[in-house]
Amino acid sequence: MAELGSTIATRSLPLSGAHGGSAAVRLEPAAPASRISLRVRAEDVSALSAALGVDLPVKPKTSAFANGRTALWLGPDEWLVIDEGESGLMTAAANSGALHSATDVSHRNTAILVSGKGAADAINAGCAQDLSLDVFPVGACSRTLFGKVEIVLLRTAEDAFRVEVWRSFSDYAFGLLSEGARDAAL
Amino acid sequence: MLLIHCPYCEEDRSELEFRWAGEAHVVRPENIAAISDEEFAEFFFLRNNEKGLTYERWRHIHGCGRFFNAARDTVSDRFLVTYKAGLPKQPVPVAEKFAAIAEEKSVETWEQTEGDAR
Repeated sequence: MAELGSTIATRSLPLSGAHGGSAAVRLEPAAPASRISLRVRAEDVSALSAALGVDLPVKPKTSAFANGRTALWLGPDEWLVIDEGESGLMTAAANSGALHSATDVSHRNTAILVSGKGAADAINAGCAQDLSLDVFPVGACSRTLFGKVEIVLLRTAEDAFRVEVWRSFSDYAFGLLSEGARDAAL
Repeated sequence: MLLIHCPYCEEDRSELEFRWAGEAHVVRPENIAAISDEEFAEFFFLRNNEKGLTYERWRHIHGCGRFFNAARDTVSDRFLVTYKAGLPKQPVPVAEKFAAIAEEKSVETWEQTEGDAR
């Protein structure tokens, strides 16, 4: 690539500098990751699973993690695959040899990590889903609404969630989570 | 807030995640070029708008994104049964039906309060 010197624009992350949280909830912007939105027919799921190195879950509201990649069930033929390490998701999917539709949405989404004993309460400030451990166990994921914006929610631990949100909505989501975090600490 | 059972997610979700998508089981004619204008209007524009039990399409747009069918009582706003798209009209469970009718009787309609006014 040509040297662009000092004229090159610095890329800032959607939530750079955002801070919030409370005594009960820790809020932090997640590190950049690569993501694909994947549509696969039932008969080609195994081929794509093998190509991506992670078994695409077929049970509603479940996710799978392997080789640094997380596959989240969004619908009967739709997944969100997140790779926090080296990318290559698009190439891997293309090499599967099976019919599928993969769209790189790495820059469309950003993520907020919500953790602490009040994490579920902070998310429930804007999300109507039951986040108790019986109904939403570790590894459970769901596309849902948070306040006025659509999110993909993933429970990474008993008291930790990853909130995937479109980057242009991330400011709103972070703000509402901050308010929820404050309420959760009361 | 209504809870709607999504047959794909296999659980009840908040109504906020759903969108109404019109009447269900409207069959597209086999040879649409051959039908008359009246028949086309009937298929394309005209809907029954029934009072009481109706079959509707709904979409879990902020969840799994799938369309599905629902039997709903338009008077009580109660969802009687939901089922996957592509299935034939599902019968409404009898107990649900009676509950809906009982509820319907307690709803004041225009006919009950104003209809007989002279």
